[in-house]
Amino acid sequence: MRITKSHKIIVYSILVILSLYFLFPFAWALITALKTEGEAFSFPPTFLPDVPQFGNFIEAWKSQPFGTYFMNSVIVTVMTTIGQIISCSLVAYGFARYDFKYKNILFILLLSTMMIPWDVTMIPLYMEFNLFGWINTLKPLIVPAFFGSAYNIFLLRQFLMNIPKDLESAARIDGANEFQIFYKIFLPIMKGPLTLIAVLNILLVWNDYLGPLIYLNDQSKYTMALGLASFKGVHELQIIPIMAMTLVMIIPPVIVFAFAQKYIVEGVSGSIK
Amino acid sequence: MLKKKEKQPSFTLVRKRVPYLFILPWIIGFLVFTLGPLGSSLIMSLFDWPITGEAKFIGLNNFTKMFTADPQFYDSLVITFKFAAIFVPLNLISALVLALLITQPVKGVKIFRTIFYLPAVVSGVAVSIIWGWIFNSEFGVLNYLLSLIGIEGPSWLIDPKWAIVTIVIASAWGVGTMMLIFYTDIKGIPPELYEAASIDGAGPLRQFFNITIPTITPTILFNVITSVIAALQQLTLVLLLTGGGPLKSTYFYGLFVYNNAFKHHQLGYASANAWFMFIIILILTMLIFKSSSTWVFYEAEMKKGGKK
Repeated sequence: MRITKSHKIIVYSILVILSLYFLFPFAWALITALKTEGEAFSFPPTFLPDVPQFGNFIEAWKSQPFGTYFMNSVIVTVMTTIGQIISCSLVAYGFARYDFKYKNILFILLLSTMMIPWDVTMIPLYMEFNLFGWINTLKPLIVPAFFGSAYNIFLLRQFLMNIPKDLESAARIDGANEFQIFYKIFLPIMKGPLTLIAVLNILLVWNDYLGPLIYLNDQSKYTMALGLASFKGVHELQIIPIMAMTLVMIIPPVIVFAFAQKYIVEGVSGSIK
Repeated sequence: MLKKKEKQPSFTLVRKRVPYLFILPWIIGFLVFTLGPLGSSLIMSLFDWPITGEAKFIGLNNFTKMFTADPQFYDSLVITFKFAAIFVPLNLISALVLALLITQPVKGVKIFRTIFYLPAVVSGVAVSIIWGWIFNSEFGVLNYLLSLIGIEGPSWLIDPKWAIVTIVIASAWGVGTMMLIFYTDIKGIPPELYEAASIDGAGPLRQFFNITIPTITPTILFNVITSVIAALQQLTLVLLLTGGGPLKSTYFYGLFVYNNAFKHHQLGYASANAWFMFIIILILTMLIFKSSSTWVFYEAEMKKGGKK
């Protein structure tokens, strides 16, 4: 397509104006976190703080057990990511590389679980985890990840379907058993889509609020999302520490995104093909 | 011990079992974390089930109560559909417009792709805190900016008329995921199609409606379904940004179910509520799928049609 100069100018101006909507809230959060209380609670608002109060971050961090919250989030995120990678790669491999009885029905069943609204299973799941004695532990947030998730399995299966069948036939002739074929040949090939799954899972789990809200009661078990929300609920007016911790919570997903942008951009549409 | 009867299982028998071993984790998870709870909640919906004390079978009474004796059920349903009716088209159109913008062949466009996507990686908790402060009716920067251009902004979060708008604006901030889905799809359209159209004298607008849109209809279908389901289940932002208020103007259906379960401890009733929404979602999805045969074009079909 040939592009005229006026066309270029129009495109750039629209892009810049739209960027304001997407970027300004981040900037405003940062500016607020660095203000003094007098500056934050003034109207009309002051824009830049006179002296940026970097100490706000340290004070906010110490005002609540944010260190614990942060660690809990890290534990849940890391464990679920490991769980998803192990379980989804196994299950997707089974569906993609074998023919077996009821395969299609099972696969349709798998896909249809994606449509179930979470609140239909919310109450029995709570009771089930209560029965296991798991309420107020991190287990309800971690353990289900070791049994796969439909979306991730689907994503991996689509990838595995495109690999030629000869690959495992050759290995079988060489005497490799089925698990060795999976582990030694296919797992390394899946590195790309597995990275995508890991990234999607990190973002989903780190940001999750409803799961922790339902299963955790004790502050010492809170994740970052729940800890921050409850901090805001109790100290509604302390906007400066709230903003500071909001930014701290945003940083890990933004870093992950920065490193994995390529995988996300390529992977996100692969799922619907 | 029983196994001994089989003697040495033949090679093919082992091979036959292997695939099930691979998918075993999912089968267990499906039974324990999906099918079991799904069945339980259907059964619970037929009971009066308090959190402590005896559960009592009451047949379809929960459903009768919902339809005849609980005005909040209808209010929540109407608000939720109103939200979906605003949010879904808005989100789809803005995602599509953004995707078209970032596929323009101009320099530096990838930076904007990153900028537009960035809010999509942020937790609903953070979204609600950041936007809540921007919308704040006393110190909010939004009303200050509006006053600069001579508009007196409403009291966003405390005005029942405007609270739902704040939720739309804050949720639209995460449009990036859908934008990316459109983006990769539009990028995949072969440039020859456009070149050929250009030679035939079709302008950019006609190219958009005759090439871009028809090619991406499967993606539009996917996005319509996922965003309808997401809109009908919106809860995090409602809990954190407005808490359902003011005057229950944002008491979405998700919050209705959540509160019935965990605040009012009516587990049976909440299960009935949840199942009703499940059925609504199933019906809506089916209707969208059915309608899709008239407006979605699949590549394979087009090729077949071409051969005839």
